Amino acid sequence: MEPLIHIENLYKSFGGLHVLNGFSLDLYDGENLVIVGRSGSGKSVLLKCIVRLLEPDSGALEVLGQPVPQLSQYEMDHLRTEVGFLFQGSALYDSMTVRENLEFPLRRHPEKMKGHDVGTLITSTLESVGLAHTVDMMPEELSGGMQRRIALARTLILRPRIILYDEPTSGLDPITAKEIIELMLRIQEEYHTAALIITHDMDCARVIANRMIILIDGKNYAEGAYAELSMSPDPRVRAFFK
Amino acid sequence: MPATYYQRSGLRRYFQETGEVWLFARRFFKEALHRPFEGKELLRQCFIVGNQSLFLVGMTGLIMGLVLTLQTRPTMEDFGAEAYMPAMVGVSIIREIGPVVIALICAGKIGSSIGAELGSMKVTEQIAAMEVSGTNPFKYLVVTRILATTLMVPLLVIFGDAIALFGSFLVEHMKGDVSFRLFFNKVFRQLGFGDLIPATAKTFFFGFAIGLIGCFKGYTSKKGTAGVGRAANTAVVVASMLLFVLDFIAVLVADIFFDL
Repeated sequence: MEPLIHIENLYKSFGGLHVLNGFSLDLYDGENLVIVGRSGSGKSVLLKCIVRLLEPDSGALEVLGQPVPQLSQYEMDHLRTEVGFLFQGSALYDSMTVRENLEFPLRRHPEKMKGHDVGTLITSTLESVGLAHTVDMMPEELSGGMQRRIALARTLILRPRIILYDEPTSGLDPITAKEIIELMLRIQEEYHTAALIITHDMDCARVIANRMIILIDGKNYAEGAYAELSMSPDPRVRAFFK
Repeated sequence: MPATYYQRSGLRRYFQETGEVWLFARRFFKEALHRPFEGKELLRQCFIVGNQSLFLVGMTGLIMGLVLTLQTRPTMEDFGAEAYMPAMVGVSIIREIGPVVIALICAGKIGSSIGAELGSMKVTEQIAAMEVSGTNPFKYLVVTRILATTLMVPLLVIFGDAIALFGSFLVEHMKGDVSFRLFFNKVFRQLGFGDLIPATAKTFFFGFAIGLIGCFKGYTSKKGTAGVGRAANTAVVVASMLLFVLDFIAVLVADIFFDL
């Protein structure tokens, strides 16, 4: 089976600081791949390289079979509609209502509407995150958990094949975090997406991961299922599960 | 040694930033000329820029006209030249004081607002979110704002000039019993194309400079929330300095073509 994301020997450094040192991964259709690592280990840099918010120094990086660093801006913009990105801080447009936040990507990619009208798509997407009643509210009127759900709805409205989650439960209380995790699982079932999740939250990883990669020193240190890694005798791996 | 180091690094930063502004302006022209055009957002920005500054510009213009006339009138009276007051005030306001003062007010109001808004969008990753949704944030956020300031600052200057002349008329009417018609007849008899065209043309450049610097500082802001404050602050300082430089160039050019 062809991977949706294929990364091989990816390198990225900032000045003298080597963040990614030959990192590799393959993400397959329908899979939830969780990457864990310490703060500053390059997890967010990896996600930003995948959507070309950052340019890698070297290595192979393909998304849906297309070489990301070589794509033109036009090709990249179209590829980005297939890859949703949930930011750590939600990154909702604070000058727009919830409706306008969801409309914004849709108006720029009308081919994604597939014959549906904007209003119907917005309502159905908001219903799938359980927040249809917030459609005319401003982001500042919503709680942190609600903002995260709306950000997820904005990602889903373009019906992406892959979703990249950057710390989806950080800054949330345990109950809201649990709700977000359940929502992520439900969305995967409903929209048949693959997910690449970066998290420090091992509860999140335990529930959601089909496979995990532990990122240490900018490269793959260990890889396997949650249960497998949690039993590892290696102290550097076990440190994540304490 | 440290002084030399700081002088050198300060100078290097100055040249580096000048180069970055130049590249930013070049990207603006490139993006502004290519489809898709964000017409709806441009209109929204024009409304915001015009609407949020209208009262301030009006008040500034009124006080400018009142003060200029009140302070000049006694001297003109000493020379028995009070009949020339409308012409003198008209030329001063239209040619120089109106455009420069109102552009400075706009730099403070609009430039800082753009710098802070884009800076906070950058810090909260809203600009990155736009980019990953397949939208060109430069076109949507920067091109529309620079075009809006370029189009609206000249209109604000015309509005401010008109209010300033009205303020001057109020003083002349109270002190010299000059009628509205006589006052404005004297003003417009003195003004020629050589006064109006360069004075209006330079305000487009003023508007462009305010938008460009505000957007540049906000769009490239770094270092978290402190960076947002710095972006707003430096947007005003740099834009204000640039306005004086542009004004000096405009006067030199006008002198060549219109023989001022």
